[in-house]
Amino acid sequence: MMRTGLSALWSHWRRNPLQLFTLVAGLALATALWSGVQAVNAEARASYDAAAATLGDGQYDQLLPERGDLIAQKTFIALRRAGWLVGPVVEGRIGAPDNRVRLVGLDPLTTPSGLGPLGDAATTGLPDYLEQLPVYANAATAAKLEGLLNTPVVIDADIAPDTAITDISVAQRLLGMDVQLSRLIVAPVQPIGRPPLAEIAPDLIRRPAQGGGDVGRLTDSFHLNLTAFGLLSFAVGIFIVHGAIGLVFEQRRGMVRTLRALGMPLNRLIVLMAAELLALALLGGVVGVLLGYLIAASLLPDVAATIEGLYGAQVSGTLQLRPAWWLSGLAISVLGTGLAAAGALVGIARMPLLASAKPRAWATARGTARRLQAMGSLALLAVAGLLALAGEGLIMGFGLLGCLLIGAALLLPPVLDRVLAGAQRLATNVTAQWFWADTRQQLPGLSLALMALLLAMAANIGVSTMVSSFRLTFTGFLDQRLASELYVTTESAAQTAAFEAFVADPARETLPLLSVDTTLADLPAELYGARIGATYRENWVLLAQAPDVWTRVAEQQALIVNEQLARRAGLWVGDDLTIGTGLALPIAGIVGDYGNPIGQAIVAEPLFRDLYPEVEALSFGVRSETPQALRESLIEEFGLPAQNITDQAQIKAFSLSVFERTFTVTAALNVLTLAVAAFAIFMSLLTLATMRLPQLAPAWALGLTRRRLGQLELVRAVVLAALTALCALPLGLALAWVLLAVVNVEAFGWRLPMFLFPLDYLTLALFALVAAVIAATLPARRLARTPPSDLLKVFANER
Amino acid sequence: MNVKILITFLLLPVCAVAQGFAGLGTQAEGFAMPAPAPQFDFPADHGAHPDYRIEWWYLTANMTGPDGTPYGLQWTLFRSALAPETTEGWDSPQIWFGHAAVTTPEAHFATERYARGGIGQAGVQADPFTAWIDEWQLAGTGIDRLRLTASGPDFAYDVALEAQGPLVFHGDGGYSVKSAQGQASYYYSQPFFELAGTITLPTGKVDVTGTAWLDREWSSQPLAADQTGWDWFSLSFDTGNKLMGFRLRQSDGSYYTSGTWITPDGHTTALPDGSFDAEPLATTAVAGRDIPTRWRVQVPSRDVDTIVEAVNPQSWMDLSVPYWEGPVRMVGGASGVGYLEMTGYE
Repeated sequence: MMRTGLSALWSHWRRNPLQLFTLVAGLALATALWSGVQAVNAEARASYDAAAATLGDGQYDQLLPERGDLIAQKTFIALRRAGWLVGPVVEGRIGAPDNRVRLVGLDPLTTPSGLGPLGDAATTGLPDYLEQLPVYANAATAAKLEGLLNTPVVIDADIAPDTAITDISVAQRLLGMDVQLSRLIVAPVQPIGRPPLAEIAPDLIRRPAQGGGDVGRLTDSFHLNLTAFGLLSFAVGIFIVHGAIGLVFEQRRGMVRTLRALGMPLNRLIVLMAAELLALALLGGVVGVLLGYLIAASLLPDVAATIEGLYGAQVSGTLQLRPAWWLSGLAISVLGTGLAAAGALVGIARMPLLASAKPRAWATARGTARRLQAMGSLALLAVAGLLALAGEGLIMGFGLLGCLLIGAALLLPPVLDRVLAGAQRLATNVTAQWFWADTRQQLPGLSLALMALLLAMAANIGVSTMVSSFRLTFTGFLDQRLASELYVTTESAAQTAAFEAFVADPARETLPLLSVDTTLADLPAELYGARIGATYRENWVLLAQAPDVWTRVAEQQALIVNEQLARRAGLWVGDDLTIGTGLALPIAGIVGDYGNPIGQAIVAEPLFRDLYPEVEALSFGVRSETPQALRESLIEEFGLPAQNITDQAQIKAFSLSVFERTFTVTAALNVLTLAVAAFAIFMSLLTLATMRLPQLAPAWALGLTRRRLGQLELVRAVVLAALTALCALPLGLALAWVLLAVVNVEAFGWRLPMFLFPLDYLTLALFALVAAVIAATLPARRLARTPPSDLLKVFANER
Repeated sequence: MNVKILITFLLLPVCAVAQGFAGLGTQAEGFAMPAPAPQFDFPADHGAHPDYRIEWWYLTANMTGPDGTPYGLQWTLFRSALAPETTEGWDSPQIWFGHAAVTTPEAHFATERYARGGIGQAGVQADPFTAWIDEWQLAGTGIDRLRLTASGPDFAYDVALEAQGPLVFHGDGGYSVKSAQGQASYYYSQPFFELAGTITLPTGKVDVTGTAWLDREWSSQPLAADQTGWDWFSLSFDTGNKLMGFRLRQSDGSYYTSGTWITPDGHTTALPDGSFDAEPLATTAVAGRDIPTRWRVQVPSRDVDTIVEAVNPQSWMDLSVPYWEGPVRMVGGASGVGYLEMTGYE
């Protein structure tokens, strides 16, 4: 019995290989997009974990110098002798300027255990460790270090890219930081009765542990973004699978009836069908995971570049097969199939033994379901409205996106139905009336595919609007920020002085880039010292400003902050900001600072030098009418190496390329999503075509030629795609608004102006129409070539 | 207290595990070796001997609170050299470890510290005497008058020590043999400290008085390869006599024993192998293993036959290298107090 049942089930696939292909391909596509995105996320997260495990800066409190970036080693000893259990860290960069490696030195005896490879060294082989004093790095970093060190390099794949960890003695020597430390890690457990920090080391400040680490928090939004796309793609894929499975079960109703009439118990039949679906789900899942791997492998280099460009976090550019994502890919394939098939299986279980196998197209055209769907969608849109008005936080932003997209998708079939009903009323001839009525009749069968198309198009419109708005804003911003024609790097304080003397010219501005990492308004931030002159006064466009802003800053009466700092700290023009000990200045201007994740404050150069006398400017912007001539004289007369001089065009091109790559990832996902939606339309039309013979046969019998019927099929696809595209436009713009005005502010701390790009939208709509036509061509041609005998059989066969 | 050498090497597990105890003999190359008939030079010899591989300053105390509750404390500073030299900076081959513990009848608190030599975080200075690691310190004008402070996450102590008798020298005038094969160390003690001060417990501060025992020992060649652990006793009888005795357990089930009998005025008699005996009578489950916490200690030549019992059987030093160390009291055959250390129980 079992074997008979199985062979009966299998015979369906033998007779309908295209359906089998649809099902597996739909599952595979859904899984591929999902697992590809997951793979990228997993890889990036593993890189952050490596960075966190490398030092775990975030998991412990740290002591930092209040000014400058060095701590005397004797301060460390004084703290230890006072009962402060702190571990020293020395940090700096070594290697060629374009190939720098971050070198971190630790003391395994006082560093909290488990912190990087040295933590293990303290417990597993201290004598060997101290004898060899190895440097730990991953293979790629080790290659960069070749020739720079005379200590052995131990390959450790868990260390973050471009980072090397070694003993504090080695690091101090390589970095030239004798008896100097960069910071101190505070052990989580401290002895009782310690004196307060201020008594022992008043010039150190304690930075509290940051759960999860800075990098993780900053990049979360990016990954949330990717995950949202992955889920969207999966939803589109599941639409396909749902459609395919529903159809399969529908067509098998007759077979089920026969099998049961022959004595196959219902339970066994259900188990068989479930097992069959599980096998198909696993097959689709495996294919999908493989495809996902390919997608991820091709996206990862761009993601790595994006994340590094945006956040400075380093992600390895190579993909590893991690169980986390391929298992989740398989699991979601099985779960998705289960989700899509549950209804159909329940239907089979409830089907009366001898019920007639009603065609699905009729069964699905139920008014109540449609009304419920419309009400659900309105409820979701209402929630979206509430979130937009009252919500806060990044999760809210994505919640808003979700409600908006799903609500709109659910609303699509009722809206289309109304529009088609209107068209039907306006129709003047019988063929047109039949066309509109028949299109309405098909709507339930096509609605999933159309919803997928709607989502794909809306996502495309939303994201491309965001990218293009971003690009316009950012290019303008670069013109403002990169005003200097040349950027020059000096190598020492002495060379800096000589350089300033060399380029001194009343007609020429030299702008030192003076900055220090610090904490402003309890947030990590950078403080800049600016030499205020024509460049700042003329080029900088401020988002908000007080009168005489630059004059007041130059007179050390005020400062300027970037938008990120202003928004995060809740400060605006006129508020005071404390910089350094006891010095608070009013904010005179807010500057747009796109692409920079952290807060900034800008003060006049003399004030900066008072606050941080030890900070030397080693980078300069130089204004020049004749940049090429100046560049040559700097190289030949002043003797500066050529690689120390960059011209503005180069920096600008590099900065732009970072932001181009930033959105390559989302653009690629956009195209994929749209392709999946087109595939969904194709499959829906294909499956509907075979079921619709009973509805087409009377039209044919009344005199419509098969060719004409085929043409009408094409027109129908175009009409539906065009209507969907019309609906997608407002939805896409709403999506763009949410991305720019809500998600962006929450994730990055700045708000982008929104620009509209009607030509892009038109192109997209055309693309969607072409996709619909392509999708409809094969089913239409099939219809046009249906043998008349098949159409006649409709009238002869009792179904 | 020669057998505590092993702790230091257990703290450097690669020696013990990867190379085995036998390998230590070869590693001793370049280090100075203890020689018979030592001529000590005080106060210089209270300081560090960086040309020897291992060295410690080891203090234990039996104390009582105002209500008669018995307490114990331990403070140890270990020095372990990777090379027989001392240099300034992080590169110094001298490594320091500190252990501190307080024992009450109900609780046992222990903690440890690590430091590299050459940077000032830990060290020993002979005159005026100061031994320190981080904020822990054993210091005074001379070795006879000291103040000891240490703290951990849940305890602290601050006690003054005043010696009531002379230094005593173990073995042959301070040359203490460790095995039948001839491994040896320099070993002397100050067992006559009177102590007064406070201990801080999670429940609050307690004023304490009592007696303390300081051990000084250094060597370059530790135990024989077949020695697996030890049981070490320092006992103070109410009669004023004191006894240091240990048995080294050997892998074939036999023991190597040694000891010193100390009269109230500080006269010593060495107890050669076999003339001191300690026999476990009962064990307690401690940290997943059975540890003897009740012993019969015998020195037939001195008519000593006493039952020794742990004040707190759970005196487990749960540190990088775990061992048992805590105060004991005599409950039969004689009366008095002491300290017991046991290692190598798996």
